Amino acid sequence: MTLYAALGAVEQGLVYGIMVIGVYLTFRILDFPDLTVDGSLPLGASISAVAITSGVNPYLSLLLALAGGFVAGMVTALLNTKFKILHLLASILTMIALYSINIRIMSGPNIALLGVDTVFDSVIRLGVPSHLAGLIVFGLFALLVLLCTIWFLSTEIGQAILATGDNPQMIRSLGVNTHTIIILGVGLSNGLVALSGALVAQNQGAADVGMGIGTIVAGLASVIIGETVFGCTTMARAFIAALLGSIVYRLAIALALGLEFGDFRFNPSDLNLITAILVIGALIAPNLKKRLIQR
Amino acid sequence: MISLTDIIKYFHKGSVNEVFALNSINLEISEGDFVSVIGSNGAGKSTLLNCIAGVFFPDSGSIRIGGTDVTGWPEYKRARLISRVFQDPLLGTCPSATIEQNMALARLRGKKRGLGRGVKKSDRDYFREQLQKLGLGLEDRLLDKVGLLSGGQRQALTMLMATMIRPEVLLLDEHIAALDPKTANQILNLTQEIVSSIKVTTLMITHNMKHAISFGNRLIMLHQGRILLDLRGKEKEGLTVKDLLTQFYQAQGEELAMDSLLLS
Ligand SMILES: Nc1ncnc2c1ncn2[C@@H]1O[C@H](COP(=O)(O)OP(=O)(O)OP(=O)(O)O)[C@@H](O)[C@H]1O
Ligand SMILES: [Mg+2]
Repeated sequence: MTLYAALGAVEQGLVYGIMVIGVYLTFRILDFPDLTVDGSLPLGASISAVAITSGVNPYLSLLLALAGGFVAGMVTALLNTKFKILHLLASILTMIALYSINIRIMSGPNIALLGVDTVFDSVIRLGVPSHLAGLIVFGLFALLVLLCTIWFLSTEIGQAILATGDNPQMIRSLGVNTHTIIILGVGLSNGLVALSGALVAQNQGAADVGMGIGTIVAGLASVIIGETVFGCTTMARAFIAALLGSIVYRLAIALALGLEFGDFRFNPSDLNLITAILVIGALIAPNLKKRLIQR
Repeated sequence: MISLTDIIKYFHKGSVNEVFALNSINLEISEGDFVSVIGSNGAGKSTLLNCIAGVFFPDSGSIRIGGTDVTGWPEYKRARLISRVFQDPLLGTCPSATIEQNMALARLRGKKRGLGRGVKKSDRDYFREQLQKLGLGLEDRLLDKVGLLSGGQRQALTMLMATMIRPEVLLLDEHIAALDPKTANQILNLTQEIVSSIKVTTLMITHNMKHAISFGNRLIMLHQGRILLDLRGKEKEGLTVKDLLTQFYQAQGEELAMDSLLLS
């Protein structure tokens, strides 16, 4: 792997790490398997891209994307809590609906950000070399999101979110409306996923309706790799591990894509297979380790 | 304090699995009463407590607590007035949170939760002081995850969490049934201590007739969704398990006689 490829992988790990933190919030904290993310990532991208092309400040467009993702998550959570639709199904419904909605937002399947200012341009104008702009912007945003998430989850409301995933019966008997908490949590999660999508779009210079495909798989792979490699004994550590897991995941993918066995090379289309193998590996690694130690 | 009027509760109404769980319950419980509730399996004891707590709504009838009509209040809203301890020690606490985090969650029972720190420094001394009362050494383990505690320790902690902020009503559903006899006795004594020190109106379900007789100032027996016996004050004092069984068969007999009368 070249240094250039490694740098690119770390960049990706950071920006998709924001998405992974969102996925961790639903999957692990709320125990709410949420597939909305495959739709809310391109939702964030399209909202941000459309906003910027119509003259909105690129930073403000990120906030709009976050809000859009939040609403998408709320819809899934409302379907689940108020209308008693199974969480997986509720999230698939929202995801499917978002496909059409994203095309509506962009008035087409994609939109280019040509000749408009993005958050990266504003950083480059400060004197940052352009090949480092991505790394710095993504790094700062990922760090900000990580710190905010850890802070929020240690507040009174945050603790109620943790308890809702852990023991909903108990926290309800302590006076917390678990429906409201789930709506808030799934909303926040998708807000982060949309933010991640918006940053990706600004960096790529385009938003595309298909860019969300496989988001959930990548998110889960990163979560599981993070837990296996870095541990999750405390809440803060678990979220740090999720972000680092995202970086390791992207590095592993880059490494695999660079492998050569004689004439054989992996194609980018083999990505899903590689991801599946990575997840399986991370899932069975703890078991394997135990068995090896016992021998 | 608590008044239940004509509470009727069916499960799966209209289906082949229909269960008539509460058959027009009328009950007045005064402030400070400690009521033990007995009855055979499926008598409707848990259903009665769940109706009071708002886990589900009765099909008809009304529930008032301290003069407020709470019939339509959801469970989380009733938590302002009611604390509960469940039979399963795992149900009352969050296993992956620490002891102090669990206590902080309970300290806010029924209150607004905001963006203040979940566990405040100033709370810690108070938590330690409270835990000391249990005499289980938990005061030195504030940062341990509750999942590491034994069932008895968890149940003691749950008892403390339920009463740390005084509720208007305390509901105990076989809260010692899952514990070994020695631990069960400790928790029972703790219950007695706490209930009498904060003078909270309490309903305690138990299958142990001796406990039902020796604890509390009132005893009710449920049978097939009805209140079959309601003994208080003098009637309850000096009661023996044998008396109780005799009264049960007597009351049941009367009921059977009534039924056959109605059917004939
Ligand atoms: N959620 C529910 N759905 C359907 N039926 C229920 C439900 N809860 C209780 N029942 C039924 O209602 C009846 C009363 O049950 P309840 O749990 O109140 O009994 P109990 O007196 O607490 O018995 P035990 O001593 O076994 O705990 C039983 O026939 C039970 O099967
Ligand atoms: Mg019961």
